[in-house]
Parts: sequence; structure tokens; C-alpha cells
Amino acid sequence: MTEKSIVEYISKLTRINVSPHQIDSLNRQLSKIIGYIEKLNELDVENVEPMRTATLQRDVFRPDQPKLSMLKDDILNNAPQREGDYFKVPKIIE
Amino acid sequence: MKALSLTGLEIAQSIKKGEIAEDEVFSAFNQNIKDKNKKLNSFVDVYDQPLKSCATSSLKGVPIAVKDNICIKGKKITCASKILSNHIAVYDATVITKLKEAGLNIAGTANMDEFAFGSSTETSCYGVVRNPWNKDKVAGGSSGGSAASVGCRQVPLALGSDTGGSIRQPASLCGVVGFKPTYGRVSRYGLIAFGSSLDQIGPFSTNIIDCAHLLNVICGYDSKDSTSAKVETDDFTKALATIKKGTKVGIAKEYFAKGLNSEVKNAVEGVISVLKKKGACIVEISLPHTEYAVATYYIIASSEASANLQRFDGVRYGLREKRPNLIDMYSDTRKEGFGAEAKRRIFLGAHSLSSGYYDAYFLRALKVRRLIKEDFDKVFNEVDIILTPTSPTAAFNIGEKSEDPISMYLSDVYTISANLAGLPAVSLPCGFTKDNLPIGVQFIAKAFDESSLVSASFTYQQETNFHKRIPNV
Repeated sequence: MTEKSIVEYISKLTRINVSPHQIDSLNRQLSKIIGYIEKLNELDVENVEPMRTATLQRDVFRPDQPKLSMLKDDILNNAPQREGDYFKVPKIIE
Repeated sequence: MKALSLTGLEIAQSIKKGEIAEDEVFSAFNQNIKDKNKKLNSFVDVYDQPLKSCATSSLKGVPIAVKDNICIKGKKITCASKILSNHIAVYDATVITKLKEAGLNIAGTANMDEFAFGSSTETSCYGVVRNPWNKDKVAGGSSGGSAASVGCRQVPLALGSDTGGSIRQPASLCGVVGFKPTYGRVSRYGLIAFGSSLDQIGPFSTNIIDCAHLLNVICGYDSKDSTSAKVETDDFTKALATIKKGTKVGIAKEYFAKGLNSEVKNAVEGVISVLKKKGACIVEISLPHTEYAVATYYIIASSEASANLQRFDGVRYGLREKRPNLIDMYSDTRKEGFGAEAKRRIFLGAHSLSSGYYDAYFLRALKVRRLIKEDFDKVFNEVDIILTPTSPTAAFNIGEKSEDPISMYLSDVYTISANLAGLPAVSLPCGFTKDNLPIGVQFIAKAFDESSLVSASFTYQQETNFHKRIPNV
């Protein structure tokens, strides 16, 4: 994959359009950052357990009890477009 | 009004004794915030009405600023991002419920880097926050508004969030106390997520006494945050005492190496002398993986951020760019809504997590994170706290690093490791450069040992006056 197409590929993955004139500058910045983080290749990590979190708790459960949390109208009032009790979006199925 | 020059605790005590009225305190600070905000841009929203709660605590009636990424029901919350413009929080974060239960008065929301991505508060959609000590300098970030507001005494207290140093670094640059508790100590419920395995809410204050009282208010287990720790909440005010003779203070050589400004180094060495005089035993230590912390952090934090920020898609809240097709609506909304640094981080994170790169970047970073944590585990068998500079330099010029992401990232080189390892850490004012800019020292302790940080900070502040200096704004 060429470097230019990495930015274009990630742009699709992240659903963020990039203006054609920004592709090169974003690509330059990312290459520089990626060059820096490749410093981690200096280390031998083969037998190291990955650390995903600093908490010791795992699989936290709570009782499945219905209770009032947030109000539907408060939530829907924040929507850019609503219709009744629904979020309105552009047509998905042709 | 007299209250403007008092500490948080003194204000609460004066209200309790009936010397000043809570309403008058609130109005005086409200006016003070508005006056200074024209010069600093530290606040996003200023509230004109106090909550008038009948609750009580040692900080009852004290005004407090809250970073613009913590939900306050019915109030605007934007993370200083265009993509969340005009969003109204539909619930209170757990820390806000706790502030209300303790009778503190929220004075407004503090400016920040967009989604807390930054070390200078230059990426805010509301514009840069200026340093109260020199308006051509940055306030640090990402909680720059919280730090500057306490620095210039717009408010005696503030809340911020710290993912890689976002409380401690701006505290250092603005000359105030900034405290990052242990991961899990303070509920993250209602904090808009950046890096979920790293984020932690914490206090800003002018001195460690106020800080201990505010920690008592905000710490504690919360069933609404599954990473919240089920541990006893200490009374941190009990730790407001001189350190025990023989307290072992570790000095890591990696934190005093190349890149550390000489004025900062001298000031931090001054702290070592003070603690020594009070009976501390100084121990040389090594944290050999320190040089890998920034790279590790930027992979993990950006990966978590790219996942967390998927929810900003123009459907349920914030900005929407109207397009006839759904995918175009998502992609143009996110293009217009996110600023340049947010996009860089989302791209870096998505790249690190993408098929073919996951093992080389994300998984490798998680493994190095383990090595960094193990360095600390070993050292804490030998010492009680670690003492380091908070930031390699004092406040830098506005614009100086904004075009150079790596140089910006390196301003967090001393603070990032505590987040990766989940440890508590505090920054305190410990001197001034010849240009009269504040310098900060950092103490780090083992998980859930905030009390040792409070004691070391108290001991230092009893002996020095740096935290009492106030800038002319």
C-alpha cells in the first residue's frame, strides 16, 4: 500500500472525509509520529503479558433491575433531527 | 471582597461562622471570573446562579470550576469541540453528584483542549487559554482552563481530567496544585471518555490542604463505573501531617536526563533538599523503560480515543452535516466537527488497531506498558514516593509547538508513566524561572497511596511559599 492510500484507507475506516489538499500534510505528520513510535521495536517483548488496564477487577456484574436513568425527551432534544420518539437519519435502504 | 483572597477551606469556615454569606461569595467570584476571563479565556460557560444546596461538608459554599468534559445535568457540555456544540448533558457525572452533596457551588465550565487532546489548550474550539503569569505563554493542557482559573484565583478550586498529565502539567505551568488520583479511585461515570484505561478525574487547588478536602468529596466506589475500585476511601485530611522520619524518596536518573531545562532541574533539586531537611531519606532509583513511555502512551491513548470517538456520528447529538446519504453524512460531519489534533489521534489510533498493524503497534504497546508498570512495582519495594520534575520546561510560547506534534507530546514525558501504570501523582509549585514563570515538582506513589502524596506535599508547603504567590492578571 502506498503511503497516500494509507491515509485514504484510514479515512474510510474512521468515516472522516479528508480534503484532497490535506492528504499530503496529514500523511507527513502521521509518518513522523509512526516513525517515532517505532522506537518500541527496540524492545524484546515476546514473553510479556499485554497490560490492557490498570484495574484488577474483571467481569463486573450488577443486578439486572429496571430503574429510571435518563429521560427520553432530554436525550432526543439533543438530536440534530428527530421525528417523534425517533432519531431521524438520511435514507439507509434504497 | 475578602473571600477572593482566601483558600477554599477558609471560605467555607468563614461562611460557617457567619462572617460572609454564601450568596455574596458566589457573586463576588462570578464577577471575578468574568473580569479575568476577558484576558485568559479560561472559562467556557460562567454560571450566574449558585445551587443553594442544604448539604454540608468542610467545603460547603466554595465555588468550583468544572472541566468542559464532565456532565452537569441541564448544562452545556462540549469537550471544547465543534462536533458537540450546544450539547446539553442529560445526567450528572458521579463527581458532580458528589460536589452537590457536599454543597460546593459550581461556578462554570473550564476551557480545555478539544476532547482533552493536547498539552497547551490550543486545540479548543473556543480558542487558546492564556497563562495567568504571562499571557503570551500557554497554560498547559489539556485542563488548561481549570489550571489557569485556579492560578489567577478566579476560583479557589477546579476539577480536571488526566489521561497523560492533563491535570499535572497545566498545574505545573500555572503554579497550582494538581492531583491525579489512582486509576479507579474517582468514578469516571459522566466524564466523556478519551482513553478509558488511562482517564482519571482529579482536583486543582492553590494548596494541598484544600486538595485533601476535595479528594475526600470526590473519591469513592461507584457501581456506575465498572472500573471504579472497591477500596476503602481514606480520610485524606488525616494525612495533612509532616512525613515520618526516614520516609524513602526515590529519585530516578531517567527523569533528570537530556531535555530537562536547567532552571527546572535546580528548582526540583531544591525540593529534594527541603524533604531531606525534614527527615526524608533520598534513594537513587532507576525506571529503565521511561524512554518508551511517550510512544507507548500515544499508541494506547489514540487507539482508545479512536474507539471512544466513534459515537460522534451526527445521529444522536451535536453537529450534523446534512447529506442525502448516510455514509456521506457521517464522514462529512466528522470532517467538519473534529479539529486537526483530534483527527491525527483518531487516524493514528485506527491505524494502530487495523488489521495487519494491530500486533506491531497496539499489542506491542500493551506489552511495553506492562514493562513500565513492572519498573514501578520494583521501585516501590524500596521507596515510599518518587520525586520528579512535572514538565521538562516552564510554560512555552503560544504557537511554539502547535505545528510539531512530537515536540508537544514530549512535554508530557514525565507525567505519562503514572497513567500507564495507574498510579496516583501530584504536581506542586516549587519555584519560578528568571522570567517569573512557575515550575512544578511531581510526587508519584503506589496505587491507592494518595495519603503519602498528601503528606509529602503538606511537608513541602509548610516549609515554602511558592504556592502563595499570585499573578497580576
